[in-house]
Amino acid sequence: MVDIPLDQVAGIPPAEVGEVELYHPRSWWTRYVFSQDAKVIAVQYSITAMSIGMVALVLSWLMRLQLGFPGTFSFIDSNQYLQFITMHGMIMVIYLLTALFLGGFGNYLIPLMVGARDMVFPYVNMLSYWVYLLAVLVLAATFFVPGGPTGAGWTLYPPQAILSGTPGQDWGIVFMLASLILFIIGFTMGGLNYVVTVLQARTRGMTLMRMPLTVWGIFTATVMALLAFPALFVASVMLLLDRLLGTSFFMPTLVEMGQLSKYGGGSPILFQHLFWFFGHPEVYIVALPAFGIISDLISTHARKNIFGYRMMVWAIVAIGALSFVVWAHHMYVSGMHPYFGFFFATTTLIIAIPTAIKVYNWVLTLWRGDIHLTVPMLFALGFIVTFVNGGLTGLFLGNVVVDVPLSDTMFVVAHFHMVMGIAPIMAVFGGIYHWYPKVTGRMLNDLLGKFHFWVTFIGAYAVFFPMHYLGLLGMPRRYHDIGETSFVPASAHDLNAFMSVAALIVGFAQLVFLFNLVWSLFKGKEAGGNPWGATSLEWQTPETPPGHGNWGKELPVVYRWAYDYSVPGAARDFVPQNEPPSGVVAQGAHP
Amino acid sequence: MAVALILLLVAIASVLFHVYSPWWWTPIASNWRYIDDTINLTFWITGAVFCAVIAFMAYCVFRFHHKEGRRAAYNPENKKLEWWLSIGTAIGVVAMLAPGLVVWHQFVTVPADATDVEVVGQQWMWSYRLPGKDGRLGTSDARLISSENPLGLNPNDPNGQDDVVVQNDDLHLPVGKPVKVLLRSIDVLHDFYVPEFRAKMDMIPGSVTYYWLTPTRTGTFDVLCAELCGAAHAQMRSRVIVEEEKEYHAWLEKQRTFAALSGQRDVAKAAYKTGSE
Repeated sequence: MVDIPLDQVAGIPPAEVGEVELYHPRSWWTRYVFSQDAKVIAVQYSITAMSIGMVALVLSWLMRLQLGFPGTFSFIDSNQYLQFITMHGMIMVIYLLTALFLGGFGNYLIPLMVGARDMVFPYVNMLSYWVYLLAVLVLAATFFVPGGPTGAGWTLYPPQAILSGTPGQDWGIVFMLASLILFIIGFTMGGLNYVVTVLQARTRGMTLMRMPLTVWGIFTATVMALLAFPALFVASVMLLLDRLLGTSFFMPTLVEMGQLSKYGGGSPILFQHLFWFFGHPEVYIVALPAFGIISDLISTHARKNIFGYRMMVWAIVAIGALSFVVWAHHMYVSGMHPYFGFFFATTTLIIAIPTAIKVYNWVLTLWRGDIHLTVPMLFALGFIVTFVNGGLTGLFLGNVVVDVPLSDTMFVVAHFHMVMGIAPIMAVFGGIYHWYPKVTGRMLNDLLGKFHFWVTFIGAYAVFFPMHYLGLLGMPRRYHDIGETSFVPASAHDLNAFMSVAALIVGFAQLVFLFNLVWSLFKGKEAGGNPWGATSLEWQTPETPPGHGNWGKELPVVYRWAYDYSVPGAARDFVPQNEPPSGVVAQGAHP
Repeated sequence: MAVALILLLVAIASVLFHVYSPWWWTPIASNWRYIDDTINLTFWITGAVFCAVIAFMAYCVFRFHHKEGRRAAYNPENKKLEWWLSIGTAIGVVAMLAPGLVVWHQFVTVPADATDVEVVGQQWMWSYRLPGKDGRLGTSDARLISSENPLGLNPNDPNGQDDVVVQNDDLHLPVGKPVKVLLRSIDVLHDFYVPEFRAKMDMIPGSVTYYWLTPTRTGTFDVLCAELCGAAHAQMRSRVIVEEEKEYHAWLEKQRTFAALSGQRDVAKAAYKTGSE
């Protein structure tokens, strides 16, 4: 390591510890399969997550076919519908979004963005992926076990999750719980890596308050996940014991199919508390990385510093902390003590304030910017629309008494799809279009990208915005067929059919995206090292795609924050983080 | 340009959809009009914020999209603006939360003159129990459930003997009288859900949950299950018939009590025994 003379870079001391030699792969297998390189692991995570995500996408088509045209498809019955919703929800929330944001984006971006050569524990990082893959395989196996996958809903509420009135009670639920347990083990290995890397492996000059917001988002989400997943872990183990060994953690005295069961003395509400103590932070585990990615996309493509960086960081941390004291807003009508409602409604609505600050700062970043309407920017705009929409309907459901008529209706389904389905997926797509050139060295096709964006954005909005009104009407969720009622007019069925058609079109657009991913790998335009003119470190690597060890001989040194765009007096409209200051750009040094 | 226009159209279309949507809540049939009012208030506040944010964003895209020679401004922070926006948001939040909590307080405070009505959920049907002349419901226990005693009522509890049991049939309620709905399940989670009443609450095996309401108009209303309870969740239906006091009592007269039901079963059993001998 070469020391830089102090008179040139006041405030950046020499490294305190020397570099540790990396693990160097010696064969094809250790380079591309059992790889310890975070970049390869990131691609492995992403491909696995997107593959299982395709299963969830197909399930959503089947669900929409059933809802839009009930009774038309004889191969979908009530049991299968419940199995579809359960697997769709579980895959999307945990195996796709959590894995993709933390395992995919986290692995790729953290070392590159903080100027490290790799994650600090590369071997554990590799294990993390293989355990995750095993979890996905066990999950996929539930489609083939006798009785099929569990149909208990993605919340897996006992008692019904393990009783005989629910599809997949034999093997489906057992495999599901085993898969969750594996996932959490795998995630913990990866998560410890991300946290320690951010805290210990940042390059010289990369202070915490100079990190790109993407790293802040992923870092905070990982800390939350490490605290929240254990609740799901114990809940899964206890439910598994109830199912296999006949313990009664969650099982009171009850009747199963007309017979008094062997269970007694447990509490179904306890499971709900454990589940949502994980489940609510989970929403932000998915949202915070999206927040970070969107901040960086907007800043880069509007050629303008992110507005209110410090407030953005504090908002991320505040949301992370508050999200641990709001979980019971999922349980307002669960039968818990009604006085909890006062507390949880208050904490829930307080979270709206830091969240709103983030939205304001995104749109204020656009103000007086130089907005390039690239595909990543379009997805960022789409994210803001869907996230604001979904966030605002959260104010209905968080306000305890308003939740009473709306809970368990399609309003809830519309809300969470908008806020933690469509919005984070917009961030995923935006992020992929943005960083694909760094990962592969080639640009994704622009025209296909724009087509993908408009169909996905308008189509998904057309599916989920009207859905709120079916909920207002009183349509319950998790019904394969509303059947005869006195309050659902025939026009509601037409609306359902319209939403189904829109959903199928959106699904088709995703195939275009997959085609683009593969096609551009071979035929895409050469990207060069920094096609967007971005400031953060991952765009300053000596090679693209970055080589083993990321930085060549010397680690970069950071002199400024990640948002020096359009600095007055600077020659270009961006100043990379590792560009040493000179008299001209002194103004841009921040904070 | 087109992008800004489309963003604006999304906001306008959302508002128009809201205004002209034929899909809106069912006409209310209980005293929980305050809940509807709070929802309306929330719609106004959140709708205004949604339109403002999208319109501002569309304007930015329209006004500041890239042109040759444009350069973005450099302004990292504006403490004052950020504080004002936070304070404005906090005021909006309080404007929704405060009325919400006031109405929640009413929702969880059962009036003293409310009559108990028990709803029992099981896979996949609804049963009801009304107090007899003594106005009190007898105790129950899941362990007492048998084919003779499907709701698990305590045969030794004198309060329970005159309880009216309505199994797998419609529930009748008198209009204008507050009711405390006691919710019980004998197998898995269910949720007694009548869209017109606005109120709903899960029923949990092993506990008794509750909510209260006053039916405000007569009519027949669908009962649905709102908490996933297994394969036939969507078919778990019943009806509530809200009627004038006189008709209600006429219906009540015709119902059978727990004592009569269990007694009659004994008689039937005895007859069977005699017949087989």
